[in-house]
Formats: sequence, structure tokens, C-alpha cells
Amino acid sequence: MNINDIKTIEHDVIVLGAGGAGLRAAIECSMQGLSTGLVCKSLLGKAHTVMAEGGVAASLGNVDNRDHWKVHFRDTMRGGKFLNNWRMAELHAKEAPERVRELEEWGAVFDRTKTGLINQRNFGGHRYPRLAHVGDRTGLEIIRTLQDRGIHQGIEVYMECTGLDFLKDKDKISGMVAMWRETGEFVIFRCKAIILATGGGGKAWKITSNSWEYTGDGYGMAYEAGAELMDMEFTQFHPTGMVWPPSVRGTLVTEGVRGEGGILVNSENKRFMYDNIPERFAAETADSEDEAEKWLAGDKDARRPPELLTRDVVARAIRKEVKAGRGSPHGGAFLDIANRRTAEDIKRKLPSMYHQFKVLAELDITKDSMEVGPTLHYFMGGVRVDSDSQMTRVPGLFACGECAAGVHGANRLGGNSLSDLLVCGKLAGSGAVNYIQSSTSMPPFDENQAIAIIRSATDILNRESGENPYLIHENLQDLMQNNVGIVRTDELLSDGIKGVMTLWNNFNNVKADGASQFNPGWHEAIALRNLLITSESVARSAKMREESRGAHTRIDFEGERDEWLKYNVVIRKNLDGSMLAEKVLRKDPDPELKRIAKLSIEDLEKEVTQDKKEK
Amino acid sequence: MSLRNFRLFRGDINGGKMENYSVEVDKGMVVLDVIHRIQTNQAGDLAVRWNCKAGKCGSCSVEINGKPKLACMTRMNEYGPDEKISVRPIKAFPVMKDLVADVSWNYEQNKKITPFQPNPDKKDQNGNYVMMQHDVDRIQEFRKCIECYLCQNVCHVLRDHDKKDQFVGPRFMIRLASLEMHPLDTVDRISSTKNDHGSGLCNITRCCTDVCPEHIQITDNGIIPLKERVVDRYYDPVLWLFRKLFRKKGK
Repeated sequence: MNINDIKTIEHDVIVLGAGGAGLRAAIECSMQGLSTGLVCKSLLGKAHTVMAEGGVAASLGNVDNRDHWKVHFRDTMRGGKFLNNWRMAELHAKEAPERVRELEEWGAVFDRTKTGLINQRNFGGHRYPRLAHVGDRTGLEIIRTLQDRGIHQGIEVYMECTGLDFLKDKDKISGMVAMWRETGEFVIFRCKAIILATGGGGKAWKITSNSWEYTGDGYGMAYEAGAELMDMEFTQFHPTGMVWPPSVRGTLVTEGVRGEGGILVNSENKRFMYDNIPERFAAETADSEDEAEKWLAGDKDARRPPELLTRDVVARAIRKEVKAGRGSPHGGAFLDIANRRTAEDIKRKLPSMYHQFKVLAELDITKDSMEVGPTLHYFMGGVRVDSDSQMTRVPGLFACGECAAGVHGANRLGGNSLSDLLVCGKLAGSGAVNYIQSSTSMPPFDENQAIAIIRSATDILNRESGENPYLIHENLQDLMQNNVGIVRTDELLSDGIKGVMTLWNNFNNVKADGASQFNPGWHEAIALRNLLITSESVARSAKMREESRGAHTRIDFEGERDEWLKYNVVIRKNLDGSMLAEKVLRKDPDPELKRIAKLSIEDLEKEVTQDKKEK
Repeated sequence: MSLRNFRLFRGDINGGKMENYSVEVDKGMVVLDVIHRIQTNQAGDLAVRWNCKAGKCGSCSVEINGKPKLACMTRMNEYGPDEKISVRPIKAFPVMKDLVADVSWNYEQNKKITPFQPNPDKKDQNGNYVMMQHDVDRIQEFRKCIECYLCQNVCHVLRDHDKKDQFVGPRFMIRLASLEMHPLDTVDRISSTKNDHGSGLCNITRCCTDVCPEHIQITDNGIIPLKERVVDRYYDPVLWLFRKLFRKKGK
């Protein structure tokens, strides 16, 4: 192989991933004058952000003027069971309104209130109607707005291009080797900084709302480059995925259905969420159907229905009903909106849900109940970054959006991912700008590193024979579904780790048939390394955390343990190549932030009213 | 479960042929599921583009038995139990490999459209833009577009006459409409709609509207009103005289 035959492209910064976070980061870099390259595995505008349905959380206060960043912050911390990075949760809540207004400045068209402002809807764990939305296709609106903004700003977009691994100059980032999916040819990006915005790794599970792209590429590449992963045990199972037919099992049913009044019932037609209200939320949750109805009708003194508890709580409750034999025919719970809203309302507020069920399940949600069950949806954990700059411990390597850890702690509230990717996307962009301004020139290029990366990709094609990549992936999905699922034990997790180690051996002998031109089998095999790193890190972190908190449920260690609130589990690569999981002491929070998070809602509401008067 | 016969295009820009696959199909499957099953068990290097598998991203556009469709939203039980199913890449664009077409031309068209520029005077005293729901209903319809390019694929101007150098196609007429009808926008795109984007080439056969998976009324709500604006600007003698006498800035 002659390295000089491989095309080299230079930019100040490369953003890997073109969902909301990557686009927002790229826009920031480009606006601030950097030469910016945006590399994505799919076509532009197809990233997983388009699947976000319910809305983007921001304390605009357009529907309930009591809202304020402090309340959003408190909700986020409580939802995350206080394991969130305090500073990140603060920045997120403070900056979200400005990021949403900025989208409007760039052409986004949100649904309106009666007075012509951005409308906001209720969602699980949010005290007030807080989610700016466009029907149930908010993510599409956001990605299209950013895409249309970005292409007119001089960002170079490299579509259908897979990042393989990073190049480094000593400890610093110096570039990335990638592969064009169409031709199978390699390309070398030389740059001063890289921003990862690669999303999560849901494709390691069998039942997931995630698309093929979600193979934990950012986790795998960052880990290999010497960065740390944190909070990987916190994988969110969204309570309402489709369960029927089998081929769409896992496809998301938006929380917006419950936000619009949808209720969950079991096979005995009982609203079982009333029996599943955790103590922490009891004071703020309706305890009778009467009160929940009043709340839905807009009574500000009534408390919210238990269907809108946080996702971890609802997902476990559905699982419990199914285990107790009170599930729906295909092993889920019933989600009923038909008896709650008029057909016209449903079609207007939830058009894509109506369409999705009509086509994929041949079910009319204006007439019948949906069957829903938990589906792997989101990684709260991810690449460990600095709260303000979003930089990893590798100089020049940044991460934002789902692939970074911190904002959401042990559980993410619905609507907080779209706000996260806007806020942290911008922060990562600024972080990279500052980093590049303080450094000098393009780092030197070490061709031996590039050759090694390319060899390990071409080996997969050049082997005489070997394992089928699709089947390794299927085995991994079964393993993670069974052993690292919604409830966990030491035994299950230990077996899970052993299983992953076996699959590592299979992977070392993986073989893709055919040529290098647009070859999905080869692409799948390349992604497997990242999937395996992701899976191993989740299983090891989950085994280490001996408590149940948020999305991480250990039936051998029930309940939250105060001792464990002091630690994050951090993963990094040992010198010998093995994976190391470690308990790392968390920093003490800013006392003011701690005070806000711990205030009762009544006291915080009084304080916020006072704040607004003074302003 | 039943055994079904599939014919898939295998090949690239240099040519190719339809190949037969016999595959087990389960209840509830869509065409994309079957293609994935073929990929896993019979043809690991079979190229197909897809993402969300829920009709929201517009990646998996193909032609199934001659009809342009999203493979992820086409149920197998739409076809008779013995019907043979043929899948080809969308025809209006060059094939990359197998079922994947090169749609990069579309991304170039979007770049030519003058971007959104809001009118800052439409902010209230708190800095919020004020727009009423009834004023945005019609552009929200256009903004449902998932860029599957099925409308581009069936547009006669692009597909049969290959006038890609003269007409941006229905997708981008809709994009223009969504900007032109945006209550906050200040840019005038009427002359570019006519001169650069080729609005006159559309002869309103409504084929684009028929295939839109989002059921956007592309022709009636988007293209025709745009054409009307062009006609008003360029061909209305009364308005022409009026403008000549009382020329105003802006829209």
C-alpha cells in the first residue's frame, strides 16, 4: 500500500456525526471562522435526530409563566437521580431557551400558542409544559433547520463516510482515517481538533429504537485514542416502544402520547401506574384519576398523572405488569389515547404516530389501544468531557450530544436530549475554537498510524474465511438483551462480560464477503469493534455499580445507596490493552446549585416569582 | 411464515441484472425487512440505504414492482401471496450500487436557494417572534418533507427529460414555497424561482404529489401558488404598470 495514493483533506476541525449535536457544533466552528469538515455515515439530514418526536425542553415559560431555568435544572437533577454533572445540568438549563430561539431565527417553525409564541407541551418529569414542538416531528424540524443553516455557512460536508480511528501527534489529536462507503476508498483528514457527535450505541441490543448507525463509534474511537468513558451503566429503556409486529419491535412511540393525555393500562384494564409512584415523586404526582383529569384540563393546582413519571419508573412498571401475567397479547402494556382525545385531535397532535401504527401495525390509534413495551433508547453515559469546553482528556478531542456523558446523570428526561445537543453542540464548537486559537499549526502526520488503521479494516475483506459479521452482531444483541437488560444481577452481568469476551474472539476472525465498494457486510464488521467496546464497557460498569439508580436496576442491590452517589464509574484502556473500570470520586457541587436542586417545589416557585419581579 | 420470491437489482453504474432470491417471510414484515434477511443470509454485500425504519428519515426510497416507495413502510401483505416482488433503485438518479442511488445532485440544488432571513421587527418586547398558528399551518405542511426524493424520482422533467440543469424539482419547489410563505422571511425569491430554479418547467401532472409518503400537497399547495406569484410578477400587465409607477422596495 502506498500512502501517497490516499487522498488527504485538511481542515481546522473535523466534526464526526451530523445529527443535531454535530450540526450545531459545526455551525459554531464555521461561524467563528474555522475551516470545518462535517463527516457523516449517512446522507445529510438522516441522522437519528429525525426520530426525536416529542419536543425540545427549554424554560421559555410561554405556556406556564412560572417556568425558569432553576426549575428545569431541578427537574433534570431529580430525573437524573442527582448523578448528573452539576455544572453541565446548570449550563443546559440556562442556555436551552436561547438555543431554541436561535432555531427560530434560522427558520424553524414551531407550533404556536394562542398568542403566537412557541407552544410548549407537557412531558415526563418536567414540572411545567416545557417542550417546544412541531406536532410529533420536532427532531425533523431541528435537523432540517440546522442543515439548511449549515450548508450556507461554508461547512464542507462529507456524506456516507465512516470514521475509522484517530491519528495523534504524541498525546494530541492530529487527524482521522475514514472510508467512503460508496467506493470503499480510504481518506485521511488532517486537522487540529475533532468533535465527536456520534450518538449512542443502542444497536448492541435486540429491542431498540435506534437505527443501524447507533454502533457506539464515538465510544470505540475515543476509548482507543485514550479518552475515558463514564456512566456507561446508565442505558435508558424508553417505556413505550412498539411490540408488534416483530419486525418493528422497539420502534419508538413518543412520550407525547402520554403528554397529550394517553394512559397506560394492563390486561385487567387497570391504570397500574398509580401503584408505581416512587416516594421521591409522591408529593408532586396525582394519586387519583380525578386529580389527573383536572391536571389534563389545565388546572394548575392539580398534580400530574403518574403516566408522566420519569422513563426509568414507567419502563420498570410495564415490565412488572408483563412479568405478573397482566400484559397485552404480545407482551407489553396498553397505551390508550383513543378514549382520551377526539380522532381529530389525535391526528393533528400525533400525526406520525397515527401514520406509523396505521402502516406498520395496521392499527388505528384513534380507535384502538396501542401495545407498547420498553425499548433501548438512549445512553446517558458516554465520553467523559469537561463541562464547559466539552474536551476529553485527549487534547483536541471533544464530544457532545448523546455520545458525551454528564448532563443527564442516571436517567434522562424526555425533551432534554434535543436541548442537550443544541446547548452542548454549541459549547463543543466554542471549545474547539478556543483550543485551536491557543495552539499553533497543523500537527505533523504519522503515516505509520494511518497504515495500521487501514490494514485492520482491509484485513476483514482479505481473510480467506471467517465469521459472518451479521451473525456476530445478532449474537451480541441477544446477549445484551438477556444479560445487560432492564434489570440486572451480578450473575447476569458476569456472564454478559464472558459472552462479550467470546464475541471478541469471533470478531478477531470476522470476514466480509465481496469487494470494498458499498459493502454493508464490511461496514457491519468495521462497526463491530465499536459495538463490542460499547457493550463491554456497559457490562463492566453495570457490574461495578452495586445499587439501583435511575436507568440502572440491580435486583441484587435494590434501591439507591448514598455511598454510590459519591462516584462515577469510569472506563479506560489499560496499557496491556484490557479494559479498566474504576470508581472515581465526584467533585462537590457548587453550594448554590445544590440548594436549588434540593428546595421543595413550593419554595422554589416562590423564589422564582421573586426573581422574576426583581428582573 | 411463507417462502417468497424476490428479484433485486445487483450491479452498479456500469450495468447489472435482476437476481432471484428465495426467502422466508414472517407475518408483519415490510419489504426492507426481507431485504435485510437476504443480506444476512444470502448476500452480505447487498447494498441498500436505510436509517430509521419508521418512515421518518426518507433514506430507503426504491422502486418496488415499478412503484416508487419507502421500503420500510411497504408491508409484504400489500402483495398477493404468490406475487413476485422486484426491487430496483430509484431511476431518476445514477445507481451507485445495487439498490442505492446517487442522490447528491439534490444536495447541490438546496445550496442554490437563498437562505431564510427573518424580519427583526416581528419580535415582541421580550424578544420573541410572534406568528399565529393559522399563519404557519401551510408552511408546516411543506416542512414535513423527509427528503426521500421520491417526488424528484417521478418528476417527468427530471426522470424522462433529464433537465436537471434547468429545474430543481418538486422537493425544492416545496422548499422555496416554505421560505416564500414564511411569515418572518424578508428575501424575495420570485425571480430566482423563475429564472434559476425553473418553475416554468413543471407542467402540473401531480405525479410528485401522488408518491409523497408525507401526503404533502406538493402541486396544489406549493408549486401552483409559487407559479402564480411568478405570473403576477412577470406577466400581469396591470401590476407591471403599477410597479413601474410606484416602485416599492422588498416584497
